[in-house]
Amino acid sequence: MIEFQHVSFAYEKNVPVLKDLSFRIDTGEAVGLIGANGAGKSTVMKLLLGLLEGEGKILVDGTEVRRDTLPEIRRKLGFVLQNSDNQMFMPTVYEDMMFAPLNYMLSRREAEARVDAVLKRLHLEDLKHRYNHRISGGEKRMAAIATILAMEPEVILMDEPTSALDPYNRRIVIDTIRELEQTKLITSHDLDMILDTCNRVILLSDGRIVADGTAEDILHDRALLEKHRMELPLSLMGRQE
Amino acid sequence: MNKMQKAIRELAEMDEMAVRSSPVHALHPLSKLIATVIYILVTLSFDKYDLSGLVPMVLWPVLLFQLSGIEVRSCFYKLRIVLPLVMAVGLFNPFFDKTVVLQLGSLPVTGGVISMLTLMLKGVFCLMASFLLMATTPIDNLCAALRMLHVPKLLVTLLLLTYRYVGVMTEELAVMTDAYHLRAPGQKGIHISAWGSFLGQLLLRSMDRAQELYSSMLLRGYHQHFHYADIPPFRTRDALYMAGCALFFLLLRCVRIAQILGGTLVR
Repeated sequence: MIEFQHVSFAYEKNVPVLKDLSFRIDTGEAVGLIGANGAGKSTVMKLLLGLLEGEGKILVDGTEVRRDTLPEIRRKLGFVLQNSDNQMFMPTVYEDMMFAPLNYMLSRREAEARVDAVLKRLHLEDLKHRYNHRISGGEKRMAAIATILAMEPEVILMDEPTSALDPYNRRIVIDTIRELEQTKLITSHDLDMILDTCNRVILLSDGRIVADGTAEDILHDRALLEKHRMELPLSLMGRQE
Repeated sequence: MNKMQKAIRELAEMDEMAVRSSPVHALHPLSKLIATVIYILVTLSFDKYDLSGLVPMVLWPVLLFQLSGIEVRSCFYKLRIVLPLVMAVGLFNPFFDKTVVLQLGSLPVTGGVISMLTLMLKGVFCLMASFLLMATTPIDNLCAALRMLHVPKLLVTLLLLTYRYVGVMTEELAVMTDAYHLRAPGQKGIHISAWGSFLGQLLLRSMDRAQELYSSMLLRGYHQHFHYADIPPFRTRDALYMAGCALFFLLLRCVRIAQILGGTLVR
């Protein structure tokens, strides 16, 4: 589904952020991309979405990410931004959710049916006509996920989906992510959430993959995590002490 | 809540006001837009000394305030920053034009005073009309109406995105102002020595956020074409409203209503 082949990237000359990165994500996998600040997690996302151009090859469903293939690629990828305020730019949740389906040439009736179906699935019917500036942070995050689901993407990319959420809303978001059947790539420092939602974890450090395996194996490895400026998930700390 | 946060709230309130339900809200945006443009043109066409002719033009905004349920108070409150600027236009006229044109009892009234009042009223009426258009028509519908008038797509998109980005910039300003005041207690406003870096930072932060917003749009299939609101077809009542307004303005422009009424009362 997604393949990185020897991808490198540098924002400034001679200061590489990603170094010869290669990995593959198959359809239906839920992959957590973890690493300390500056490890290159967001850059991986941006390269995949074609917001940055690097060296090497990135393939989505066999199609290379290039300027001319971006519309096709982006149609398959739904990206939930870390800051929902930057994602929700229309006045109401409904208008925001209609934005992508209309851009993909659905009729208003089809788009509205899709929006209603997503809202119902996420139990967010009450939010439909609410104003974005009047909903809470947790509701906004759920609405941001809903706007992406309205695109019906094949892959869902999420950047820190649980940041700045209280425990209750964090749990709602986690449960929602678990229920999504699409291929998922999630970057986060919330390792408990990664443990809850992903079956595979890729650990980045200094722009290189230092570990790639099951979430169970990697997130239980205290030595590995601490070596790369991470910690065990809180839920596992008691068990290992 | 600081001033900037209040500004964001006020901007959002305009969006909420625009989707209320009333006979005026239900009209087609194109008919409202054209009626407003004609109103502004007719208002501006009055001679600078024709105060009595201009005054009846207030009838239309008053009628719209009544029909739409928009509070007059909210109009003047939201326009409180622009109104003084409009009022300042013509403030110097009384000093330049001292010809006495009429006597109010023993009080001589000069042409400068009349022209100043006329200019002020023209400004206030035009602002009221524009406010009413914005308060009864969502920005997307307005943009759709502009496209129907074949205003270039680029200009309309620019208008819509500017409207959206104003909020983004104001949000950044609110955060920065709070951060500044928390470290400069007791200081009023931003000290002049910090203006340069403050504005520079504001620009950079706004650009970053605008870039992120734009990326979010691109990733959801945006390709320089905005799907404006789905507005209902232009119906007979919309055409009637537009024609009725145009006739009404023409009547106010050609018939000296204030003089006729005044004459009737004095007689």
